[in-house]
Amino acid sequence: MIRRAIDAVVVGGGSAGLAAALRLRESGATVAVVEREPFLGGILLQCIHTGFGLHEFGEDLTGPEYAERFIRPALSAGIEIFLDATVTEIGEELEGRSVTVLSRSLGVVRFSARVVVLAMGCRERNRGNVAIAGTRPAGVLTAGLAQRLVNIEGCVPGKNVVIVGSGDIGLIMARRLTFVGCTVRAVVEIQDYPSGSARNIAQCLNDYSIPLHLGHVVTRIEGRDRVEAVRVAPLEDGNPSPNREFRIPCDTVLLSVGLIPENELSRAAGVPINEGTAGPWVDADLMTGARGIFACGNVLHVHDLVDFVTEEARRCAERAAVYLEGGAREPMIPVNAGANVRCVVPNACAPGRQNVFYLRSLVVKNDALLELRVGGQKIRTKKLAHVQPSEMIRFGLEPGAIQEPDSDTGRVIEVAIR
Amino acid sequence: MYDVAIIGAGVSGAAIARRLSRYRLRVALLERCVDVSFGVSKANSGIIHAGFHHSPSSLKARLEIEGNRAFDGLQAELGFPFRRAGIVVAAFSVEEMKTVERLYAQGVENGAPDIQIVGRDRLLALEPALSRDVVGGLFAPSGGIIEPYRFVFALAESAAANGVRLFTGWEAVGAHRQGDEWRIVSAAGEELAARWVVNAAGLRADGVSAMFGAEQFTILPRKGEEFILDKGSAGPPSRVIFPVPARTSKGVLVIPTVEGTVMLGPTADEGGDKEDTTTTPENLDRVFRLASQMVPRISKRDIITSFAGLRPTLPGDDFMIELSRAAPCFVQVAGIQSPGLTASPAIAERVKDLLKSGGLELREKTEWQPGIPRVNRTRDHAPRELDRLVARDPAYAHLVCRCEGVSEAEVVEAIRKGHTTLDGIKYYTRAGMGRCQGGFCTYRIMHLVARETGLPLERITKHGPGSELVLGRIGSPP
Repeated sequence: MIRRAIDAVVVGGGSAGLAAALRLRESGATVAVVEREPFLGGILLQCIHTGFGLHEFGEDLTGPEYAERFIRPALSAGIEIFLDATVTEIGEELEGRSVTVLSRSLGVVRFSARVVVLAMGCRERNRGNVAIAGTRPAGVLTAGLAQRLVNIEGCVPGKNVVIVGSGDIGLIMARRLTFVGCTVRAVVEIQDYPSGSARNIAQCLNDYSIPLHLGHVVTRIEGRDRVEAVRVAPLEDGNPSPNREFRIPCDTVLLSVGLIPENELSRAAGVPINEGTAGPWVDADLMTGARGIFACGNVLHVHDLVDFVTEEARRCAERAAVYLEGGAREPMIPVNAGANVRCVVPNACAPGRQNVFYLRSLVVKNDALLELRVGGQKIRTKKLAHVQPSEMIRFGLEPGAIQEPDSDTGRVIEVAIR
Repeated sequence: MYDVAIIGAGVSGAAIARRLSRYRLRVALLERCVDVSFGVSKANSGIIHAGFHHSPSSLKARLEIEGNRAFDGLQAELGFPFRRAGIVVAAFSVEEMKTVERLYAQGVENGAPDIQIVGRDRLLALEPALSRDVVGGLFAPSGGIIEPYRFVFALAESAAANGVRLFTGWEAVGAHRQGDEWRIVSAAGEELAARWVVNAAGLRADGVSAMFGAEQFTILPRKGEEFILDKGSAGPPSRVIFPVPARTSKGVLVIPTVEGTVMLGPTADEGGDKEDTTTTPENLDRVFRLASQMVPRISKRDIITSFAGLRPTLPGDDFMIELSRAAPCFVQVAGIQSPGLTASPAIAERVKDLLKSGGLELREKTEWQPGIPRVNRTRDHAPRELDRLVARDPAYAHLVCRCEGVSEAEVVEAIRKGHTTLDGIKYYTRAGMGRCQGGFCTYRIMHLVARETGLPLERITKHGPGSELVLGRIGSPP
């Protein structure tokens, strides 16, 4: 076992981990990035479509191009990079944290780190999570796995495809599979509205005349060795209508039914998890409930845009750098999700500085109003032309917008959508 | 020419093969699927039963008790995951307690070790995950949990190490007598000669029996759906929890699996066909309703997968293990459903005795090896101990399956032992069995199979021909 002392270990070398590591390194900290795959870049590497970087760079980049903007500087910044390496345990030490890593080239490595940044991203919800009945043949896979198989391995998963769920990855894959010669028979979405962005519905489905069945569910998968068909039914009063069920012959079923922040490592390290986001509770510094452990990117909450992941990871690293320097902790006020809000991140506000919040609506609504209340008193509103659960809302709060708490007054900020 | 051909490499066939491997016999183990344990056994609930569910007059009850006793020794020799976690039967009413008393009496008569009736407080102390509504129940400490496919793999590996020839992908489709021999023909047209044949064909035992001109009977599939909850789900029980049983099955159970997940099920549905392994939304709801009456903390949110298996049942529900009276040199091992896995060591013993009584000469081998090499698993080692393993093979420090903590070295070992399908590797190593259900490790495993076997990616299958994982390559015509 190799033992190493270091300022910061960043768990994950994807978009969040790279941005955090670079900013921590800029602050002068010694930084290690631990990445499971043999390459840096994370899921961006398999996202060969465009649409990345409009906020961050003012350019329309592919995923690998966006990743490259961070990989190159990371390689020359003096960051220690561990590839083909998995963090198996985060433990407590007298000062800071122990981080145990399994590395194919180095064996067991144990870091003593003063700061840990969680940037593991998320995993896809799968068939078991959404309990699709039927048989268990080959040809049922998550959209992200299909994306990997097509874009990196060069494989064609099937010929006739039905996509369950209208998440962005599923929509992107509908177009991608069409390009490689597959026929996408349908996209089946349980909600009455798409879960992916309007842009992707237009550019990935409508442009290729791929039918989208809203308010429908796949009731059964058929086929013994390979998928042969799915049965699809519209929902009536929340239940599939057996009389209106129809069958779509296909050999492949792609699942794009949501993402889950991957926090098994965090849980095992004693990090408290917020059921609303399935990510850690974090304060205004993006520090979790476990001292010295910070979190950013999709492990914290699922983002729509990588640009916001980058922004969040940088802010996280800035605060982690202040923590490393032993900077005084600022007073903070807890932030809670109020009416019609599923979740808000972070879960606290530091009134003395600029704060950025990300939240998700529970409702689909035009001309909505975002409302901030402190102790029942309205302190800020913002008009939103349209809100829906699949689109993350970002808003900033400038320094001094809220009075600093003078003592433990029990004040809480509540964010609501009216 | 073989002395004995065993048709079917499920738990019965594999146990019989290993038992016979102790003698100077040429034994062939024939399996129609591409790997062992791919039929009925793969969907087994993984319980070592404790001997109180079946009537003392049944063959089942006797073999269950005998089989149960054998597992500590077998584990020491073969190293499969197994633990005597104990079984509790939870009663929720005075009427149900009457049935518990009957089960107790039956268990005592069968010879179930240390079986006891327990009151509410003791039951809750034995299993704190139980609902506070229990009134009492039964406790059978000899019950256990096991990883069923790992048990079958270990039996088959041990048999093969002692000279048994395993033929996978070998489906017997015809048979005839020639002199003193059986000539068995495979679907691929190969022929194999054997003096004796053991019919351990599970769901197809009726067809195989007919093929050899032996007894006429019908195997009826009884479907059982099971639902798996993630590791770390709210409060897994520590013991196998049974309800007070219904007439045709032991009911819906809550099972802490030996590898840390929780299994709910099985259902018991008759009347389907032998291919019907579908799961249904109705049974999902039913299983959760029944399971949560016993263990209120379980949640549908923790489901990571579901599956269905088929029990091969005979009318009367008992095992049929006998020398055929209609066909020469033919042993029936049919109707082996619950508690078939528990009974398997005793089934093997009985088949050995039947063969002997039928005139097969059994001469013990002096060189018989009871043990097989232990499977090293990265997740079983503390970081400090891992160094030794990693020094031998750095692939132990390369995790392929993050959810179950399976290393490249373990996957490669499975492939080199002949488990080259995704399902075979999953059953052997647990890679792909966790919460992401292969979302992250499938392509990694495909690459390892390609590297080890030379197969192109589009020839790699889930469970054999027809279940290819991808249907082509970009740029090459289909």
